[in-house]
Amino acid sequence: MNTPAAAVFVEAPPTPPAERLRGLGDALLPAAAALLITVLLFSAAVALAGFNPLEVWGLILMGGFGDAFAWQNTLQRAAPLVLTGLAVALPAQAGRVIIGAEGALVLGGLAAAALGLPLSTQAPPAVVWPLMALAGMLTGGLWIGIVGWLREKREVNETIASLLMSFIAIALFNQMVETVLRDPASLNKPSTRPLPDNYLLPAMPGLDVHWGLGVGVVVAIVCWAVVKLTPLGLALRVAGGNPRTALGVGLPVAGLTIGACAAGGAAAGLAGAVEVAAVHGAANASLIAGYGYSGILIAFAARFSPLGVVPVAILVGGIAASGSLLQRRLGLPDASVTVLLGFAFVALIGCETLRNRKT
Amino acid sequence: MDTTTLGWWGVPLAILGGAIRVGTPLLWVSLGETVTEKAGRINLGLEGTLLMGAMSAYAVALLSGNPWLGILAAAAVGIVFGLLHGALCSLTRVNDTAMGIALMLAGSGLAFWLGKPLIQPSAPDLRSIDLGGWSSLPAVQQALAINPLFILGVALAFAVYWALGHTRVGLRLRVVGDSENAARAFGLSPSGYRIAATAFGGACAGVGGASLSLVYPGAWSEALSSGQGVMAVALVIFARWDPRRCILAGLLFGGASAISPALQAMGYTQGYYLFAALPYVLTLALLIGLGKPGPSHGAPGELSLNR
Repeated sequence: MNTPAAAVFVEAPPTPPAERLRGLGDALLPAAAALLITVLLFSAAVALAGFNPLEVWGLILMGGFGDAFAWQNTLQRAAPLVLTGLAVALPAQAGRVIIGAEGALVLGGLAAAALGLPLSTQAPPAVVWPLMALAGMLTGGLWIGIVGWLREKREVNETIASLLMSFIAIALFNQMVETVLRDPASLNKPSTRPLPDNYLLPAMPGLDVHWGLGVGVVVAIVCWAVVKLTPLGLALRVAGGNPRTALGVGLPVAGLTIGACAAGGAAAGLAGAVEVAAVHGAANASLIAGYGYSGILIAFAARFSPLGVVPVAILVGGIAASGSLLQRRLGLPDASVTVLLGFAFVALIGCETLRNRKT
Repeated sequence: MDTTTLGWWGVPLAILGGAIRVGTPLLWVSLGETVTEKAGRINLGLEGTLLMGAMSAYAVALLSGNPWLGILAAAAVGIVFGLLHGALCSLTRVNDTAMGIALMLAGSGLAFWLGKPLIQPSAPDLRSIDLGGWSSLPAVQQALAINPLFILGVALAFAVYWALGHTRVGLRLRVVGDSENAARAFGLSPSGYRIAATAFGGACAGVGGASLSLVYPGAWSEALSSGQGVMAVALVIFARWDPRRCILAGLLFGGASAISPALQAMGYTQGYYLFAALPYVLTLALLIGLGKPGPSHGAPGELSLNR
């Protein structure tokens, strides 16, 4: 690294502390403003609906993070949310806005259930679980990979296409669960045959949360390392930031972009597989829980950082977990939680205008 | 549904009736989005606006007993959401696609929250215009009972076509949508036109929502819209940003959505969900077939969708 350019870089004067402080402020200001606006807006909405905002916020904190039980509920929800957040954050590295993770999740779950059940009579759990995860990842990766491919080869807008693919995926899922793969014993709620109990993912030691959370965090760390530390990640970010430059220096932009979309789809498919293997034990309508849509908010709020997705997913998981407490204690509809997340999303995107202001 | 006297002929008739019923919200949303996109903005949040419109129309019709007041309320709510999107996206560094996704979430959440008490009661339906009086067959009469919002939407489509092509405002709007620099050179304010165009798009989406909840068999439920708001945005590309083609697009995709229920009414239930996915498959196939729309297709130059 003894090139002249590197030498110049080393000799450059260090950034003055004041300057650095301002940089930090610039980064924190939009988030702080968005938080303030969200709190004010949601408090106003709750007050208009005839509830005490302080009581509602208190219950959200309690229901999400108040005690061990709340944390268990929160982290249980955070497990798929980390992965659906990655499903949006990874394609975003290549400049693609994918909003159809929900479809990749349900198909991933379906593939995992369809493969896991016949295998459970042949092999021990330790063999079946990785294969189920692989089935979910391949299915989800293929599904969103198609979207990426369509964008590169046919210039089909990926945002719209991914949502359409998501609706198609859910229709396919319903068709399969209600016909070919249906367990005749599932009467009111069509479902695939359940996995044997000893094939359900156990809790992590010391935590009352299944291994799905650990898998999600490890995947997030790996994705972060690949994006930030490897040449592949650099190539991806160049392709996303400035495709013309990327083509100029000979990067395979189309391949990188399609790969990023497929990787995002694989994360969503893995989320579906984890939900089947750890929570539901079978593929049924419970998989269509909106995790894919929450992932969009999570990825944007984390500014597409694969590592940042983890804390945001826990926060969103906590808010979602508090929904049932709000309903039980105050009779506040569970849709109020969606409203809170929606307000936060609007405030967050709007407050982007405060970033890097030249004053 | 009485299709027994007609046998399998009942299916195309039911599809025609369904095409108009399901096509009405698609027509309204895509018409509004055409104007928004002509000004150079894309509003993906119309799914939320559609649901808010459907919910408020139903609530106001229920309280006032007059469905037309409900439609006005839906348009007003749509304008509020459109203004919000338009104004926020006029700030620097605020991305219109991302804001659309955010408003989609906020709008549908609000509609579900406020609409909770509306699931049980039934509001007055919008009276249909019966063009099938000449026939003694109930199925024919039913298929030709056209809802007035469809007729209004068709009239509006031609009016918007004329206004975009032949009025001062229409020309300025298209200049703003095609080139911001040119617009500034003419002394036009791009933000002002875009905010107004997004508000118009919101109003149309609100009315489209009203047609979902007030047209027979009117009801409010959380499953009322299944992505019609987003499909309509894709249909604008199919319509080549021509308001008249929005009518065709609405009917075609409304018809595709009606196939599944029509077959089910005939007792043919196999592959119900697969048929239900038909409109999405068709929309996607269309986007693939059309490829990237260029200026010769009427695509506005400033649209981020086409960059």
